Amino acid sequence: MSVRLEGVSKAYGSVRAVEDLSLEVHPGELFAVLGPSGCGKTTLLRLLAGFERPDAGAISVGGTTVAGPGCFVAPERRRIGMVFQDYALFPHLSVAANVAFGLPRGERERARRTLELVGLQHKAERFPHHLSGGERQRVALARALAPEPAVVLLDEPFSSLDASLRADLRREVELILRDAGATAVLVTHDQEEALSLADRLGVMRDGSLVQVGVPEEVYARPVDRWAAGFLGDVNLFSGVGRGGAVQTEIGSLDVSGGVPSAEGPVRVAVRPEQLELLVGRTPNAEVTSREFRGHDVLYRLRHEGGRTVLVQLPSLDLHEVGARVFVRPARSARGALVD
Amino acid sequence: MAGLASLPLAYLLIRAGTGGAEAWEVILEPRTGLVIGRTLALAAAVTVLATALGVALAWLVVRTDLPARRFWAVAAALPLVVPSYVAALALIAAIGPGAPLRGAVEALPGVERAPELFGFPGSVIALTLSTYPYVFILVGAALRRLDPALEEAARALGRSRAGVFRSVTLPLLRPSIGAGALLATLYTLSDFGVVSLMRHDVLTRVIFQQYRTLFDRDPAAVLGLVLVVLTALVLILETRARGRSDLGGGGDAAPRPPGRQPLGRWRVPALGLCAGVVLLGLVMPVVVLGLWSLRGPSAAAALAALLWPAGSSVAVATAAAALAVVAAVPVGLLSVRFPTAFSRGAERLSYGANALPGVVVALALVFFSSRYAGPLYQTIAVLLFAYVVRFLPQALAGARSALVGVNPQLEEAARGLGRGAPGAFTAVTLPLVAPGLLAGATLVFLSTLKELPVTLLLRPIGFETLATEVWSATSVSAFSRAAPPALALIVLAAPIVFRLIERTDERDARGEALGAA
Repeated sequence: MSVRLEGVSKAYGSVRAVEDLSLEVHPGELFAVLGPSGCGKTTLLRLLAGFERPDAGAISVGGTTVAGPGCFVAPERRRIGMVFQDYALFPHLSVAANVAFGLPRGERERARRTLELVGLQHKAERFPHHLSGGERQRVALARALAPEPAVVLLDEPFSSLDASLRADLRREVELILRDAGATAVLVTHDQEEALSLADRLGVMRDGSLVQVGVPEEVYARPVDRWAAGFLGDVNLFSGVGRGGAVQTEIGSLDVSGGVPSAEGPVRVAVRPEQLELLVGRTPNAEVTSREFRGHDVLYRLRHEGGRTVLVQLPSLDLHEVGARVFVRPARSARGALVD
Repeated sequence: MAGLASLPLAYLLIRAGTGGAEAWEVILEPRTGLVIGRTLALAAAVTVLATALGVALAWLVVRTDLPARRFWAVAAALPLVVPSYVAALALIAAIGPGAPLRGAVEALPGVERAPELFGFPGSVIALTLSTYPYVFILVGAALRRLDPALEEAARALGRSRAGVFRSVTLPLLRPSIGAGALLATLYTLSDFGVVSLMRHDVLTRVIFQQYRTLFDRDPAAVLGLVLVVLTALVLILETRARGRSDLGGGGDAAPRPPGRQPLGRWRVPALGLCAGVVLLGLVMPVVVLGLWSLRGPSAAAALAALLWPAGSSVAVATAAAALAVVAAVPVGLLSVRFPTAFSRGAERLSYGANALPGVVVALALVFFSSRYAGPLYQTIAVLLFAYVVRFLPQALAGARSALVGVNPQLEEAARGLGRGAPGAFTAVTLPLVAPGLLAGATLVFLSTLKELPVTLLLRPIGFETLATEVWSATSVSAFSRAAPPALALIVLAAPIVFRLIERTDERDARGEALGAA
């Protein structure tokens, strides 16, 4: 079911956690809210769940208003499934009882099916403290999904897991959610998580969504310098725009397709993997450091103009620190105009 | 250490066992059955009332928008400063026979006689007022630690507020409610002062009278054993009931402060409950005792008469606290660092001793020291030994939790830097556990200060403490003579208890701050 927020605000004393925020999440969509800690994303989730009342604005789930002027639906009547950051499994109940908690009495069968969905039917009689982090996470998901909620909310669902577990579980959770056909809103501060998991994502800062779009779009065309930097390493160049391209000190960058057309002096953001290094040409930069990451390498160069340039390349040919190289935008490189 | 701690029980067993058939006949007397019934009824009534009161107050203070919550959080725990027999004394002085309040009630039209205070009702009131703070403090701390996400999860899964309380909050609080209720039960079973003042014949009082009035002491030993068995039964039942509910509820500190429920029109009755309890448990005793103190001879004379007993009280309490800590460190160290069956057993034995009612410990040591350690009989040494046996677990709990918190690698690091084992212990571990040890010592000090039966039975002749002064004056109903030492006990205990309560509060507040960061 769809979720819609219109002009929602929430303040705690003088702290404005969420400010005049509007958003629509489509039915069956996996939407991620990405932002640094303290940006208000958890408050946003708690507003959706009904643990907080908005100071202004309206929230509707599946076309029914659940919060708005003169209207507030209690959390237990919202048909919301929530997966908490530390899972909040009931320590005094078995796995099966946890999953069955939100179901009418006698629906043991549905609880069992849901546990099967997350692949934990063999742990039904265990208690939460017997489970590994990944298993707890899956029980929390099963518990939220069992009552077939209209929307599933996930609060930093992978943050308390080992990095090695995270990637696997991410895929697994995505499959479970898609299997269930659930509409889901996920809140995270991890760019990789948001980019790889979400159908669409919103970048949140200081209580507002600064950008909403599909991951590829948000990554390649950040609306501003902050969003560009928050989503990953980025180079910012000054240049002169002319006819869908920007002339910068390292060459010409294609910025066509961006909404504002660029004429005159502009700033453009380019991801490190959009640049390439050539040897044999008259060098225009020197490698000052090299960060080897296995599958790829991040080089830090000093350009002849004096500025630092980041370049990310597959770890096929390695350049030594101190090597003189020629850096330029890759053939299909695209930049994004930023403020 | 543990062997010494279990000496009283061992001796009691021997004594009762060799006492011969006629000593055991006391068990078959119909009166004994009645006394046991009374003991159980009193323990049950106090446990139920104290638990209900403690849980209700804790919930009001932690989880609702009760006005002046922080004030009530401290005030509702403060009746701890009033020793239970002092509370009983104040009750008797305020509404007992001959008290003006009672006269006023009986003067009302239609009232023949005000309800009887002595016996069961007075004992229940005084003991409930003395024991509910344990439940209140334990449950309050557990409520603050409770992860609010658990309750939110239950609500998101479709449960109403009331449903969440029943299905999530209450089960998660069960360990702390159980621990508080257990304390209340054990306290009541071992209480001697209140039931004596209220003339309620339960086991402790009967044992004491048997011992005092009859030349033959064996029946007292047998009855003492009966009390020990009752205590053991309670402990076993509690362990059974706890079962697997002890699975560690939330974490150490709640990640967020818990949500608060608006009281709405219940606000006034809630305030009334808090005020009533504090009034009855704290204000009334202080005011009544203050008024009675003023009726006595000149203030200067009263103060002078207090000096010696107060000095003795503080001296033995300090000594007992120091000894208990010295004894607790090796036991705690052994069980924390070298958890073998032996060290665990030793630890458990030391805890078990605490459940022994003071009357029983005292009686056993009287028998033992008068027979086998003649020169020690009725000396300070035996008295201090009895205090340590009785209150060792309080020091042990502090020492243990402090030792658990010290990473053994710290000591190893010190060893690696060239310190010997004892040097490493004193340079690293001791400073780190000092606060815990001090907390334990404080508890022992407080308990010794107000201890009555052991002091009465084992003190050297002519050795008076504040507690014995209160006792001897009340046994002849000389309230104006009993009031000043009783008030002195409250005044001595107040700052210590206040600090303890405040610290618990601070720790919780810190936890919340840490979680929020």
